Amino acid sequence: MEMIHSEKLVYEYDKRDEEGNVIGTNRAIDGVDIDVAPGSFVAVLGHNGSGKSTLAKHMNAILVPTGGTIWVDGKDTKDPAELWNVRQTAGMVFQNPDNQIIGTVVEEDVGFGPENLGVPTDEIWKRVEDSLRSVGMLEYRKASPNKLSGGQKQRVAIAGVIAMEPKCIVLDEPTAMLDPNGRREVIQAVEKLREEKNVTVILITHYMEEVIDADQVFVMDDGHIVMHGTPREIFSRVDELKVYRMDVPQVTMLAEELRKRGLDLPRGILRREELVEALCRLR
Amino acid sequence: MIRDITIGQYYPAESPIHRLDPRVKIVCTLLFLISLFIQNSLLGYVIATLFLGCVIHFSKVPVKYIAKGLKPIVILLLFTVVMNLLLTRGGETLVHFGIITITENGLRTSVFMAIRLIYLVAGSSIMTFTTTPNGLTDGLEKLLHPLNRLNVPVHEVAMIMSIALRFIPILLEETDKIMKAQMARGADFESGNIIQRAKAMIPILVPLFISAFRRANDLAMAMEARCYHGGEGRTKMKPLRYKGRDKMAYIFTLIYIVVIFMVGRFVPFKLWVF
Repeated sequence: MEMIHSEKLVYEYDKRDEEGNVIGTNRAIDGVDIDVAPGSFVAVLGHNGSGKSTLAKHMNAILVPTGGTIWVDGKDTKDPAELWNVRQTAGMVFQNPDNQIIGTVVEEDVGFGPENLGVPTDEIWKRVEDSLRSVGMLEYRKASPNKLSGGQKQRVAIAGVIAMEPKCIVLDEPTAMLDPNGRREVIQAVEKLREEKNVTVILITHYMEEVIDADQVFVMDDGHIVMHGTPREIFSRVDELKVYRMDVPQVTMLAEELRKRGLDLPRGILRREELVEALCRLR
Repeated sequence: MIRDITIGQYYPAESPIHRLDPRVKIVCTLLFLISLFIQNSLLGYVIATLFLGCVIHFSKVPVKYIAKGLKPIVILLLFTVVMNLLLTRGGETLVHFGIITITENGLRTSVFMAIRLIYLVAGSSIMTFTTTPNGLTDGLEKLLHPLNRLNVPVHEVAMIMSIALRFIPILLEETDKIMKAQMARGADFESGNIIQRAKAMIPILVPLFISAFRRANDLAMAMEARCYHGGEGRTKMKPLRYKGRDKMAYIFTLIYIVVIFMVGRFVPFKLWVF
């Protein structure tokens, strides 16, 4: 069974003028079909306003589709009886690290999710310790979240989701507000989680470098999924990506330019080592 | 400068008082405050002083630190003392000078009122110094739990309190940032009379409120995403359970209350030395 499966997903909201009168409807998502296999790493790319965050919020039943259906682990998100099940199955990490930490102490924040699920006290402590360790934040368990860096806060937020033992984590631009160091910390934490816990990861982002290891990449534009494939397939279509106002990684860009000038390089080079290797092979 | 404000100050230390259940501390503080008002004899104050002294000693909070907490009430204290001194009539007249008349009763009341006020603040600050804000909210939630039957949203109120505590430093930082941003554009917060200064605060308050609402919105979404659905069916990571020492503290306080009540009631003569 698919972890997340959607058919003709539509989300509309009313457009209002300054007095609050409805002057029309906007389609943030327009007929999206998406399939995510259990245990896979899926990235959704898109520039601002492409509908990628709206799509992410559907996976956690924060938003309910106005048309079509989305199933999370076989559960229809429109069914109110399944609401809490859906939210436990697909945990969500948001963009702003400050606005998603509820506790005044790191470990209490991580315990917040399990507390809501009604997990027994001893089990909560076990889960908190376990999930803090898996994001490398165990030594900060007694610290105040206000004293942490952005990357650390975001790792705490991830631990808070892991403690609920979800089958799937949706990360909605988790690195958008972080500096390069914080970004690296968060992405490494996510990778480690994938290895250790075998959770499905859905990463919403506009940083190309973060999606290189994904199994599948979806590119969204204006509420539609406009490109879909492995990172290599996607990044070999440099000109098409530019139409959707997306940048490709620098290495890919360089390789593409060299190829256009007549060098015999393969399409879709993602890493620096690959480019070096390909260039050496030319001689 | 704005970060100097510390609300719900907590003095971190390892002491028997720190380890007590927050509920014990809340109830005992309340009892202590009541005890200050049910008696009015010198012996009573001696007993109250002994009790407070013991608690302060065990809490390992320096007396200096507590004295610093008294600063904000100095004006109130002076005002009360002066008023009581001048306006209370009765008993022997001690000083009579123009319109100023100080009587024996006046002196007595003002001294006792001052002691009461100081003990009131010292007693309650011992509670906040030795209990984390979260502990206080948890304790309050549990203590007020019976009010749930009267449809008082106890859990929600406690949750609101703890979230407010979490966001105080964040909003202070934000205020600092907005102030600097407005100052960079030429805003002046330091000159002018009170009304002008108050008006100058508007460009700070408006963006601050907008951002606070935005944060509230984000936070509510994050809480829902983590399955928050009110207090029902919720378990606690750190549940409050009474231990031996908590019972000891209750017994100790009860003995104190009984003694002080008896003194107020049955010691017939007022021990009065002046």
